[in-house]
Amino acid sequence: MSTATTWLKRSRGPLLALLPGGGQTHPATWLKQNWQDLVARVITPILGLLVFVGVWHLGAQQIHTSLGTFPGPAQVAEQAQNLVNSHLAENQREVEFYERQEARNTQMLEQDPDAPVRWRDYNRRPTFFDQMVTSLWTVLGGFGLATLIAVPLGVMIGLNQTLYRAVNPVIQIFKPVSPLAWLPLVTLVVSAVYASGDGGLSRSFIVSMVTVTLCALWPTLINTAVGVTSVHQDLNNVSRVLRLNWFRHVKTIVLPSAVPMIFTGLRLSLGISWMVLIAAEMLAQSPGLGKFVWDEFQNGSSNSLGRICVAVLMIGFIGFLLDRIMLLIQKWVNWDKSAIVR
Amino acid sequence: MSSQTKPAPTATERKPHLELSGVGIEFPTPQGPFCAVQNFNLKIREGEFVSLIGHSGCGKSTVLNMVAGLHCATQGGVLLNGKEVTDPGPERAVVFQNHSLLPWLTVYQNVELAVRQVFGRRKSRREVREWIQHNLELVQMTHARDKRPDEISGGMKQRVGIARALAMEPQVLLMDEPFGALDALTRAHLQDSLMEIQADLGNTVIMITHDVDEAVLLSDRIVMMTNGPAASIGEVLDVNLERPRSRLELADQPEYNQYRSAVLRFLYEKQQKVEPLKGKPAKQAAVEETDDAHRVA
Repeated sequence: MSTATTWLKRSRGPLLALLPGGGQTHPATWLKQNWQDLVARVITPILGLLVFVGVWHLGAQQIHTSLGTFPGPAQVAEQAQNLVNSHLAENQREVEFYERQEARNTQMLEQDPDAPVRWRDYNRRPTFFDQMVTSLWTVLGGFGLATLIAVPLGVMIGLNQTLYRAVNPVIQIFKPVSPLAWLPLVTLVVSAVYASGDGGLSRSFIVSMVTVTLCALWPTLINTAVGVTSVHQDLNNVSRVLRLNWFRHVKTIVLPSAVPMIFTGLRLSLGISWMVLIAAEMLAQSPGLGKFVWDEFQNGSSNSLGRICVAVLMIGFIGFLLDRIMLLIQKWVNWDKSAIVR
Repeated sequence: MSSQTKPAPTATERKPHLELSGVGIEFPTPQGPFCAVQNFNLKIREGEFVSLIGHSGCGKSTVLNMVAGLHCATQGGVLLNGKEVTDPGPERAVVFQNHSLLPWLTVYQNVELAVRQVFGRRKSRREVREWIQHNLELVQMTHARDKRPDEISGGMKQRVGIARALAMEPQVLLMDEPFGALDALTRAHLQDSLMEIQADLGNTVIMITHDVDEAVLLSDRIVMMTNGPAASIGEVLDVNLERPRSRLELADQPEYNQYRSAVLRFLYEKQQKVEPLKGKPAKQAAVEETDDAHRVA
């Protein structure tokens, strides 16, 4: 024990902080002290996942669909591998295309410097991973737009009772509307207003994005308003005694008090955004994960169910990651570092 | 205000500085208007330390909030230097019972917010910094200037609350049970600090308290309030104890104990707390009592 600590004291480097125990205790000692915690935090979740995979494996064999047996974990892993391979293959094709074009054009220019050479973009077939990236951009766009609208509006209606009463019925009516109901309207309006194709964003992207925005607005809006209303009366009195003007009042008193509630709303909104997005992409045919699922369903090959399962797991995993990222931002922004945020 | 930068001139020391004349307030309730405070008359000299004492719920805070401008009197009015108080302002700084520091700002930043707001461009960056530092020194909180309120103890928070109020250079310092939530030892410390600061700066102070010893120890006058509703001044007691006062020496002085028992007698004999009001009578009785018991110092 004593030799271990002296060893630690002598060799304490920055890397040591990464070890369990943060370099304060010897790793072995740390393990001895914390093994129960380790089991609770790491082993139990892994066990849960394993049980799930087992049940899935056994259950899948019992389900026979028109496209064959429902895919178990093994088939899904195989399809995941296929999707990775086809992504890599597409990358390879793209690289080869540009190499060929480069070679052809330089050859032409060597023979005749004034030759009419054409540089074309590779017409890439979107792979699963390209679609994932599109989905992420769409959700970020829609969620970002929703945040830009909802937070200022929420602060406004939270501060002004009259405005709140005026806006509240509208919020309550539109809050429960499903994205599927919005979509036709959004599609028509966007086609009427937005001329796509000229190098900008595609129309289907805008449609999905706006649909996401329309569904993601409400949790942030309502939570911000509630957060703003629940500013402690004493702090309001401090603000009045100091005669803070409206902007300073909002900046120094209202927003910091409302931060926890605003983030609760943002996280709900982000979750909803991601869920809505898949449905919106299915219908709007925006080249994202939703379209992938739909296309595979229409395709109906023996691999389709497996691929859809890959997509489902991926969607779940990304949704989880998005929430974690939001949580990190919340922890970073929140002034109350001791608050337990989960 | 001026008393902080230069010694208060003796000539103006005796003139009424803050005047509450016929102040009363009614709150609208579903059962009709509720009269919390009625016919409250008080004149306060510059540099005077006045305590408001009374049972809880009698309207002490309401009176203080009216002076602060956080509540608006529905009858009569509050005059500060001959001008009517209509809204809150930093010349009537408030020390709140639960300190009310902004939890997302450090001790320094909390005071800074007040200083920047009150002095704006009238102080340079350096002057602002020195002024904040000076006020934190007054309450002996310089060591924790970069801590957040939730990292310091209740007594320290209250010190910072006092520093923030003092940094506004208020003409009147209003304290709403400033030490109510503190343990006895911390409270004694803070009372001593407050006495020193007040002796130094000569601020006019109105303090609400529940604590008889605190009232006698700190005050020049103790205003005892009748029970609400329609509370008013029951008695006013002049405390003519020599300053600086020391709690240990006072404990043996017969005058101190006389003042103490006078307040106690008022609170526990004359204004015995009626148990929580089911149907609220006692309104008439309270008003009658104030009429004969009232006296102006």
